[in-house]
Amino acid sequence: MSAAAVTVQGLGKQYTLGAAAPEGHLRERLAGSVLGLARRLGGRGVPRAVAPTIWALRDVSFEVASGEVVGIIGGNGAGKSTLLKILSRITSPTEGRAEIRGRVGSLLEVGTGFHPELTGRENVFLNGAILGMGRAEIHRKFDAIVDFAEVERFIDTPVKYYSSGMYVRLAFAVAAHLEPEILIVDEVLAVGDAKFQKKCLGKIGEVAQGGRTVLFVSHNMAAVQRLCTTAALLEKGRLVFRGEPRAAVARYLSDEGRVRYIAASAKTEPYVAEAELVDAQGGPLPRPVITEPIGLRATIHLPDAAPGTRFGIGVLMADGIPLFTSSLDDVGLTLPAGPGTITVTAVVPAHTLLAGDYHVVTCLWHAREIVDLQEPAFSFSAATGDSALYRIDAERKGAVHVNCRWEIA
Amino acid sequence: MADPIVTVIDAGVRMRSAAGRELWAFRELLYFLVWRDLKVRYKQTVLGAAWALIQPFATMVVFSLFFGRLAGIPSDGVPYPVFSYAALVPWTYFSTALAGGASSLTGSQHLISKVYFPRLLVPMAAIITPLVDAVIALGLLVVLMVWFGVPAGWPLLWLPGFAILAVLAATAAGLWLAALNVKYRDVRYVMPFLLQFWMFATPVAYPTSIVPEAWRGVYGLNPMVTVIEGFRWSLIGTPAPSVEMVVASSVSVVLLLAGGVWYFRRMESSFADVI
Repeated sequence: MSAAAVTVQGLGKQYTLGAAAPEGHLRERLAGSVLGLARRLGGRGVPRAVAPTIWALRDVSFEVASGEVVGIIGGNGAGKSTLLKILSRITSPTEGRAEIRGRVGSLLEVGTGFHPELTGRENVFLNGAILGMGRAEIHRKFDAIVDFAEVERFIDTPVKYYSSGMYVRLAFAVAAHLEPEILIVDEVLAVGDAKFQKKCLGKIGEVAQGGRTVLFVSHNMAAVQRLCTTAALLEKGRLVFRGEPRAAVARYLSDEGRVRYIAASAKTEPYVAEAELVDAQGGPLPRPVITEPIGLRATIHLPDAAPGTRFGIGVLMADGIPLFTSSLDDVGLTLPAGPGTITVTAVVPAHTLLAGDYHVVTCLWHAREIVDLQEPAFSFSAATGDSALYRIDAERKGAVHVNCRWEIA
Repeated sequence: MADPIVTVIDAGVRMRSAAGRELWAFRELLYFLVWRDLKVRYKQTVLGAAWALIQPFATMVVFSLFFGRLAGIPSDGVPYPVFSYAALVPWTYFSTALAGGASSLTGSQHLISKVYFPRLLVPMAAIITPLVDAVIALGLLVVLMVWFGVPAGWPLLWLPGFAILAVLAATAAGLWLAALNVKYRDVRYVMPFLLQFWMFATPVAYPTSIVPEAWRGVYGLNPMVTVIEGFRWSLIGTPAPSVEMVVASSVSVVLLLAGGVWYFRRMESSFADVI
C-alpha cells in the first residue's frame, strides 16, 4: 500500500474547441443525424465535420506524499487549472486516473456560491455547506471565521453592500477554515489588498505546517519558493519537471524569460519577434536581481519600410497594475524605417524594482494606431540581491524603490 | 487511525452505491440550497410570500369566470372556484417546480464550474422549494371550503401520497429537462409551451369525467392526472381516481424518473465542460 496522498497516473483531458458550437443546438444535432443517416445510406457524400480538439492535459503522472506542499507552476494554458479541476472532481478526465486519500477541500475561486442578497452570516453557512462543511462544524468555527475576516460589524448586512475587500476577506475566511486533509488551492490570492494576501499566504503556510497536504497553483514565485516543499512544472499540458521548488521556478523563469512569437509569414506590419531579459553585457539573464540593472530586450521585425514606427514597453506588477511605461520617444530616439530586424533594449536601473513578479508589455505603434501589442510579452520574477549595502527586503511597503537623497541638518 | 476516504477519479461514471452514499453525505447542502432559495425568493418584492397565494388565486378567478361561468364546464357537483382551486394548488406547485428544475443547473453555472458536489442536489433543491408555497396556498383552500361549505372527509389521509406523486413527477421531468438544458438551451424556449400543453392535458380547468372512457388509460399516463384527481378526491370529495389511472400514472412516473436519473448521471461529468 502506498502512503501517497495523491496518485496521478497518465491523466489527460481533451477538449473540443468550440464545444458548444458543433452540436449545441437541437436543430444542428437533428441536422447532423439526418446527414449521418444520408451518409450511411449512400455510403459517401457529405463529409463528416471533424471538430478540432486539444489536449489541455496529457500523460501527467506524479505522486504527492502525505504532508507535502506542492506548488504547481506553468504559463497560461499549461494545464494547471485543468489539473486542479480534475482533482477537485469538477470535470472528469478523458484518460488516466487519480487516487486521492483523505478529505479534499478545493478552493478554485473565492466566494463560490455567495449570494448577494444574503447577509454575511447567512453566506458563511451557505458557502461552508457548498465547500463541504456540516452545519455543526460551521457553528463551531463561526467566530473564528468572522474574526479572521474582520467583518464583525457587518456580519448581518447583505453582502451586496460589502466592499470588494470585505467580500473577499469573508469568502477566504470560510475556505481557510475548511480544514481538509488535502487542500487544493488555485490562484485565489490574486485578489484583495497586499496585507490580506499576506494573511492568506500565512494561513496556507499554517495549514501546510499542520502536516496537511496542499496543492497550490500560483504565479507568485516567491510564495511558491517560500511555502512549498516540492513543485511541479507544467508546460503545454505536460509535466516537464517535478522536484525542488527553487529548481522548478528557475526552470520556469528561464523558459518564460524568452518568448518567441511565431509570426505569420504574410505579416507586413512591424512586430516584436522576440523579447527577453538581458544583463548589463547583453547576455541572457535567467535570474534577475533588483540590485543589478535589468535589461528588457525586444527584437523587432520590420518586414516593409515603415517610417515613423514607435516602440515602448510597460512593466506591470504581478496583479496587472501598470508600474511604469517607457518609450524610445522619451529619450528622443526613433526606430529605423526598415525593412530589417533591430533589437532595442530598455535598461531598468539597479535599485528600482522591489523583489516580486512583473509582466512586460511591448507595444509598436504608428501615429495613433497600435500595430503590435504583446500583453504581456513575458513575465519575470526579480529577486532580492545579496548586497549588504542596500537591504531591500520583500517586506518593504510601496511599489518601487526610490533612491532618495537624504540630508541631516 | 480510521481509514482515510479514498477517492478514485477516472474517465468512467461513478458507481451507483457510491452516488447514494455521497448524496447522503451532502444532505446538509440540500437543506442550505433550499433555505437559500426560500430566503432569496421574495427579496425586494412588496407583497413577499403573498405571491404564493396570489398566483393560484388569480388563476382560479379567471378560470371560474371563463370556464366555470361562461363556458359552463361541469365541476363534479362542487362549486367551480373550489373545484379549480383544489387543482391549481398542486398544478402551480408542479409548474413552478418543473420550470425551476429545468433552469436550475444553468442558473448555477458558477457553482458547477468551480466546486464539486453531487449535481443532483441542484434540481432537487429547485423542486423542493416550491412545496412551501404549496402549503401556504393550501391554507387558502381551507378558507374557500369553509366559505362554500364543502366538507372534507376521510380520504384526506391519502393526500400525502398524492403530494409525493406530484414531487416525483416534477423530479422525473425536471431531471431530464435540467440535464438537457445544460447542452441544449432550446429547453428555455420549450418550457412555456410544454407547461401550457401539459396543463391542458391535465384536469385542472375541467373534470376527468368529460374525457371519453376509452381514453382514460392513456390519459392516466400523465401522472399529474392522478395527482389532481387525487387532490380533489381527498380534499373536496369528488369521485376517486380509478385504479387503472393510478397504476398508469405510477408506472409512468417510475419509468420517467429512472430514465431521468440515468440520463442525468450519464451527463453529469460533462456539465462543467459544457455549461
